[in-house]
Amino acid sequence: MSVIIFADQFQGKVKKSALEAVQYGAKIAQQLGIPAVAVAVGEIDGTELSALGQYGASKVLHVADGRLNEPEAGAVTKIVAEAVAKENASVIVFSHNFAGRSIAPQLSARLKAGFVAGAIGLPDYSAGFVVKKNVFSGKAFANVSITTDKKIVSVMPNSFSLSPGSGSASVEAFAAGLSDADFKIKTVKVETVSGEVPLTEAEIVVSGGRGLKGPEHWGIVEDLAHTLGAATACSRPVADSGWRPHHEHVGQTGFTVRPNLYIAIGISGAIQHLAGVNGSKTIVVINKDPEAPFFKAADYGIVGDAFEVVPKLTEAVKKYKGN
Amino acid sequence: MKILVCISKTPDTTAKIAFTDNNTKFSEAGVQFIINPYDEWYALVRALELKETQGATVHLITVGGADTEAVIRKALALGGDEAFRVNSDSQDSFYIASQIAEIAKQEQYDIIFTGKETIDYNGSSVGGMVAELLGLPFVSIASKLDVNGGTATLKREIEGGEEVVEVSLPLVLSAQKGMAEARIPNMRGIMAARTKPLKVVEPAAADSLTAIVSFELPPAKAGVKMIPADQVEELARLLHEEAKVI
Repeated sequence: MSVIIFADQFQGKVKKSALEAVQYGAKIAQQLGIPAVAVAVGEIDGTELSALGQYGASKVLHVADGRLNEPEAGAVTKIVAEAVAKENASVIVFSHNFAGRSIAPQLSARLKAGFVAGAIGLPDYSAGFVVKKNVFSGKAFANVSITTDKKIVSVMPNSFSLSPGSGSASVEAFAAGLSDADFKIKTVKVETVSGEVPLTEAEIVVSGGRGLKGPEHWGIVEDLAHTLGAATACSRPVADSGWRPHHEHVGQTGFTVRPNLYIAIGISGAIQHLAGVNGSKTIVVINKDPEAPFFKAADYGIVGDAFEVVPKLTEAVKKYKGN
Repeated sequence: MKILVCISKTPDTTAKIAFTDNNTKFSEAGVQFIINPYDEWYALVRALELKETQGATVHLITVGGADTEAVIRKALALGGDEAFRVNSDSQDSFYIASQIAEIAKQEQYDIIFTGKETIDYNGSSVGGMVAELLGLPFVSIASKLDVNGGTATLKREIEGGEEVVEVSLPLVLSAQKGMAEARIPNMRGIMAARTKPLKVVEPAAADSLTAIVSFELPPAKAGVKMIPADQVEELARLLHEEAKVI
């Protein structure tokens, strides 16, 4: 028996969300007294793979096929299914990131294995195998029991902070018997957003709304984000107006984020926006309207003019960041 | 071209969330139900655009009791041609995917759309499961779709950027923002929807692989700590020393 964890990569580096999944899967393995085995695909340096031992993996099965640098969901489903058979896995873990959302449901249907998407807690074994997840866009939680022998869980990014140890995993080449027919989806182009922290993996997010009055004023948001090492984000009206790109839109119809710190500047806090950010551990709201509903969801608030408050906050933060 | 759009009935985004039966069931009291926004605004509307520009038949499917017919009629009013309702209380994602796949096997669609996820159970699972059950490729969380002959070109976001992929039809995809702009049904569409075919079919035998044991509401927030606008340094100190996030 074992726990299998899919550790996906981007440009040769294992994603932070995948490291969280490895750590989560390794904790389950520890609880069950069985090994944690990671599966990685694409061209990745061996040192990067053996470092998964720091997060609890004892072994990494590596399919070093360059066609999988952008993980093709159908092919990876086949690879993980074969790894499950090889290692006699009882639990399979993914990150609830873009790749996991594509592969995990396909694997669930292939193995007829129950799947809980977006776990925010480790399994409770007192009544079988029960996993907590967000429902109603973060407005509630559900405790979901997986009733099949094999169990699949995807872990919501940023739900578990990383605490690497000193272990090292053995790396084993894995031949999954892929054929051309397994590659039904052809990647034509990958465009990276260079120099920015990926929004869904960011531990700090600085977000702006209509209160900033126009895209020409985004410099104060970017300055604060840069000082904090944060990702920038925006509310829906801002993205719809073309002030900021759609990939920065957080909220019910945009991206869901769960950073340690979410700073909302000039965002009133519509319920649809809160649905995308209510998993944030600490929320700061800066708004000149004291009646802005976002203050009810915030941990810290300042009623004031963003154009005065934000630059001062950037300067104050610099003292703690040492820059 | 023949297209299937999977439609889910969800509580309105502003609905008050409460539970009954010892926190094991969602309370529908006073809740207004809508088409899941990702299904309506992005999946269905893009399917209708393909119908208008390239010629296509657009079928709709939902798995649910008679109370789902209001949302499926709205989807017909927006421009769907006919609809299936699998007459079963929704179970888990695999059960729902199995019902959809059963109809899809009989009808042979070129494109099957789902929304990125439903706004109630946030599973993002049904599309991938349907694809696997049908042996079709699955492109998840797509923000753009173009179809040229038998080839689809899709754009989707990934961590750190975005990618463009090509895939031969038939395929299954889940749609997110960017795919299309929301529409409002007009009176002509609403009138026409009344007479469009809505076939009620009995569910196929299928398993549920998971079960919801209970629901919980999040603990109440401690309340916001307000800091005067002229004491911004105090906010930085609290974030550093109290919240320990910077």
